[in-house]
Amino acid sequence: MIGSYRPGTSALHRLGAGAKLVGLAASVVVIALLPEWWMLLIALVLALLGFAVAAIPPRDVVTQLVPVLWILLVAAPLNALFSGWESAVEMSLRVTACVALAALVTLTTRVSAILDSVRAGLRLFGRRLDPERVGIVLAMTIRAVPLMTEIVRAVLEARRARGVEGSLRAVAVPVMVRSLQTADAMGEALVARGFDD
Amino acid sequence: MSEIVFEQVTHRYDGEVVLSDVSLRLAERRIGVIGANGSGKSTLARLVNGLVAPTAGRVLVDGLDVARHGREVRRRVGFVFTNPDNQIVMPTVREDVAFSLRRLRLDAADAAARVDRALDRFGLAELADRPAHRLSGGQKQLLALAAVLVAEPAIVVADEPTTLLDARNAQLVERHFAELDQQLVLVTHRLESVESFDRVLVVEGGRIVADGSPAEAVGAYRNLIR
Repeated sequence: MIGSYRPGTSALHRLGAGAKLVGLAASVVVIALLPEWWMLLIALVLALLGFAVAAIPPRDVVTQLVPVLWILLVAAPLNALFSGWESAVEMSLRVTACVALAALVTLTTRVSAILDSVRAGLRLFGRRLDPERVGIVLAMTIRAVPLMTEIVRAVLEARRARGVEGSLRAVAVPVMVRSLQTADAMGEALVARGFDD
Repeated sequence: MSEIVFEQVTHRYDGEVVLSDVSLRLAERRIGVIGANGSGKSTLARLVNGLVAPTAGRVLVDGLDVARHGREVRRRVGFVFTNPDNQIVMPTVREDVAFSLRRLRLDAADAAARVDRALDRFGLAELADRPAHRLSGGQKQLLALAAVLVAEPAIVVADEPTTLLDARNAQLVERHFAELDQQLVLVTHRLESVESFDRVLVVEGGRIVADGSPAEAVGAYRNLIR
């Protein structure tokens, strides 16, 4: 989701984020209920056609799907071992089709549009939830992923440089400290930008 | 120009005096603040934006007490931090600039136009949909500056905005600071950055030990660190 968005003018790009999210949820439910492998194959082909409609470069599609293929490389043989190869094929097609559809949504929808539609959805809960606040929390959660990745990378590098590669504490403590410092600094930045309540 | 007033301001942190009995009236267009690490210059900057409240005394921005009217003051005073990574809140460049306008309740077209202008001004238009974490250090700092200026503050306070940048990016960022229409309070270690400023303060041990033209203040600072 972080930085996956590919700008474009296709019908899928123009479709509202809320409609895409509802469509995604409905599609996932339908895919989960499809009983036959050939139905699942059709679902996957339709999802892949979606990438063509949105003019997403094949490289970006592969980038989105490769992680799930790694997981299936382990999960499918296990599934075949315990439930038979037919079940393994169905599970693989089911998971790949769902991930492909989710990737299609993130590739054609800005994070801000997704957050706006989540906020709009939360308004249905009336005054029990503050949509603006929830939206900021979601945005910051997404933003925190690369920040945390960078912190862990820097700490691992420092641990290697100091020759204490086996020590878990040498990772956990500095990651924790730096994460808290970063959270503190981001809180201060939010206040400076007017979000002080 | 806006007016920033420090009235006998003292600030303590963890029982230690960080700023001691500072009284100032800042109405110049370009104000530099220099001093060693831990001298209290960042605290001085944070007091202007109300990020920290004085333990004693008052800080006023255009007559508004920052301790009592923090929100109004922060609308007038934009703050640029040393590390832009801590300042960027939203996942992409455009979204982060737009984030600054949420509290202003502008209509969507006006907000979008302001965001586009800010991105254009800082050469970020082509990077608008790029994830913020994939920008270079200089681009991140320009994004932080764009995100501050899109809200059109009267004063910009920048706390060592070039410290983490290489020489080329530092120059680029400083050039943008030099072109600002706003009143600027720049905390920096780069003495050449304040050469053309109207007024420079030297902070040492929580006190203002020199206050005057760049030549006078930088000279005093050089003597101090010799």
